[in-house]
Amino acid sequence: MYAALWRVLPGPAIVRILILLVAVAAIVAVLFVWVFPWVLPLVTPLDATVQQ
Amino acid sequence: MVLEDGRRVRRGAKQRRPVSVIGILGELFITTGLIVLLFLVWQTWVNNIVMSNAQRDDAQELSQEWNKGEAVKLAPDERADPGVPVVATAPAQAVAFGTLIVPRFGANYSRPIAESVSLQRVLNTQGVGHYEGTQMPGEIGNFAVAAHRTGYGDPFFDIDKLQLSDSLYVETEAGWYRYVFRSLEYVQASGVGVLNPVPQFDGAVASDRLMTLTSCNPIHTADERIIAYAVYDTWYPRSEGAPAEIAAIAQNLEGAG
Repeated sequence: MYAALWRVLPGPAIVRILILLVAVAAIVAVLFVWVFPWVLPLVTPLDATVQQ
Repeated sequence: MVLEDGRRVRRGAKQRRPVSVIGILGELFITTGLIVLLFLVWQTWVNNIVMSNAQRDDAQELSQEWNKGEAVKLAPDERADPGVPVVATAPAQAVAFGTLIVPRFGANYSRPIAESVSLQRVLNTQGVGHYEGTQMPGEIGNFAVAAHRTGYGDPFFDIDKLQLSDSLYVETEAGWYRYVFRSLEYVQASGVGVLNPVPQFDGAVASDRLMTLTSCNPIHTADERIIAYAVYDTWYPRSEGAPAEIAAIAQNLEGAG
């Protein structure tokens, strides 16, 4: 999977590494801003209230 | 050229190798593990810092609104009896009407208090929630609030660190209400008796002004609830100035951070 990705990317090694760094940064940003806030209440159903 | 040739050779060699299902599966597992780790980092540090800063900013914005751009003066140590505290009526659901300032929780600790304890609309987003139907700040009976102990900005992370006679200030448009911490109690999640006007006494007629804080217990879980009780001490009308104990946060609105 990752070997194939490396082969598909153009340019010399340094360019490929830069492209991958940008892609990783973009993926992390999407996770932090949209995905994780959506997941949080689903995986940690913390309730701080008392109720019947 | 040599590099180009070398890569071509290598590429050719790899293309001939059969695609390994196990290999792809392994890479997917590793990726999933990394994302889970990343989630934990985000939840434990990034999100809490972002949310607690946002909540403090919201609280300061509320204070600034109430000050109408005027500088906040400090109430003198010796002052006349401020009289019976002003009691506001509860606003609509999810509307912020106060801020909670607790020196024990940090020199810059200030969080908004909004009506209702709805997770989606208040506790997971705004900070501290006021139990609908319980009394308002300064009112005879029980002003009961809830907030997360961990996650979503950790509003009540240090609730178990409160010590006898610690101050809890509730700021509203009318001024600052000082409550004094009394004791902790641990109850089941169904222990709604803590919200009674006289906590744990059904139907008793209240004569004191109390404040009740509820949060999760044990820390990081939600099996039980930790309850903090505070009793009303005095109040500071906005026109007469803020209490000196919270001067930094009441006055230094820009710099408190």
